[in-house]
Amino acid sequence: MKSVMPILTVLLALVLIWYAAAVGLNAQWTRDQAARAGVEVSFSDILSDTLSQARPKLPAPHQVAVELYQSTWDEEVNGRRGIVATGTLSNRSLIYHGWVTLSATMLGFAFGTGLGILLAVGIVHSKAMDMSFMPWAIASQTVPILAIAPMVIVVLASIGVKGLIPKAIIAAYLSFFPVLVGMVKGFRAPDGMQLDLLKTYNASRFGTFWRLRLPSSVPYLFASLKVGIAAALVGTIVGELPAGASAGLGARLLSGSYYGQTIQIWAALLAAAALAAGLVVIVGMIERVVLGRMGMRS
Amino acid sequence: MSSPPVIEAKGIGLVFQTDDGPVEALKDISLTIGRGEFVSFIGPSGCGKTTFLRAIAALEHPTSGTLTVNGMTPEEARRSRAYGYVFQAAGLYPWRTIAGNVQLPLEIMGFSRSDRAERVRKVLDLVDLGGFGKKFPWQLSGGMQQRASIARALAFDADILLMDEPFGALDEIVRDRLNEELLRLWNETGKTIGFVTHSIPEAVYLSTKIVVMSPRPGRIADVIESPLPRERPLDIRDSPEFLEIAHRVREGLRAGHAYD
Repeated sequence: MKSVMPILTVLLALVLIWYAAAVGLNAQWTRDQAARAGVEVSFSDILSDTLSQARPKLPAPHQVAVELYQSTWDEEVNGRRGIVATGTLSNRSLIYHGWVTLSATMLGFAFGTGLGILLAVGIVHSKAMDMSFMPWAIASQTVPILAIAPMVIVVLASIGVKGLIPKAIIAAYLSFFPVLVGMVKGFRAPDGMQLDLLKTYNASRFGTFWRLRLPSSVPYLFASLKVGIAAALVGTIVGELPAGASAGLGARLLSGSYYGQTIQIWAALLAAAALAAGLVVIVGMIERVVLGRMGMRS
Repeated sequence: MSSPPVIEAKGIGLVFQTDDGPVEALKDISLTIGRGEFVSFIGPSGCGKTTFLRAIAALEHPTSGTLTVNGMTPEEARRSRAYGYVFQAAGLYPWRTIAGNVQLPLEIMGFSRSDRAERVRKVLDLVDLGGFGKKFPWQLSGGMQQRASIARALAFDADILLMDEPFGALDEIVRDRLNEELLRLWNETGKTIGFVTHSIPEAVYLSTKIVVMSPRPGRIADVIESPLPRERPLDIRDSPEFLEIAHRVREGLRAGHAYD
């Protein structure tokens, strides 16, 4: 209970600020409409109108909540195209779009994690690779992903690769870096004494890696995975923004902005945030179990 | 002693190159250690006692002189796994049980599974940790962890045991008990032991030979052959012979300007 109260307090404050901002930002439109119709509006009129516009500048929290409900549960259970009626997810539901984004995220995350770990192994064992590769890895992250994503999509589309893979590549591009940095540090975590001990056993480099460096790096791995999986989700959504993508939370954001559907945009945003939070929580739970079993409770 | 020496150093020098110029860590160290001896290296910080032990283990490389271990170079001796090394910290892997930690060298050296289990059981009994194989390191006290690390060094058949201030981080009560156990273990196994310490009573109580070292540059100030019998109850430390050796160690340290 003690840990929940602060979170709820902050949440409440955010919702209040959100409502105030919604009233403030949407009031102009209400006044303009009233002026055009030649009627006077009272403050209570403004209040009720600003919180129920169809295309507000900033939708009110309850509007977004209703949209979220309608585009998930309502759409799938009661909708004509929902999973209950047709057996497949509706292409209007956030569950469908979230799933599209999630699958590309997971694939890209797996790519990125694998790549990051492999590169870290190389960097820790080869001075040349440490010197030559690390600067490039850092440089890769300074290039804005928004500039690269469309090029990846377009170039891959021109050779016939579409759908999941290009998005996963962008996700991998963002998620390999935290894993790389974390794992280089993790593989180097054993101190001189630990390495000397294995030297007295005349252990091979592989033996040292397998029995000491790899287990020592596990806490670092999980710290990186939490950053990496959130980065992979961002990468996937950015990959869905360029024209062409018709599914995914990114496509939902884009179509919402085309048609001025701010409520749809905010619903997709919240869905993406919830997805990211859920993924990080899952990684955190796996972390607790694994580190607990390894006698390294965090 | 008629058998060939286990460790023989002739005119060992070791110079570290540092940013502030060369530092002479060891100078003209000559020493012979026979089979089954218990040799303590004592001296203040910077006297090179740990460096010399590490040179025997081929973790440091002398820049002059000759050093042989079992008639081989230290490097060859390391490759043939001639010694077990115990560090100041137990350094047990938190992710392995005590038994798992003790069998770490056995896995690396490719012992068979059944052989490993048998050896682990044997050395854990030897250090009085019989029932603790399935425990994790954090469930054990510091003294027990250090005993496990000694078991780990004994698990394979190295006949040399090198110990670098193994009890330095433990309180005196635990230390007394571990000293007693170490003597018993030495008697039972007949290993040759090199032991670094900066406790005079510890050195005198344990050793057949005490090497007193002094700093800047690290060199040998005195080598004392102990007249004490192999069987040593703890209260031997109140005997006149014991106090006399301790006195001589102290004199050696003073002569080497160890107290400057």
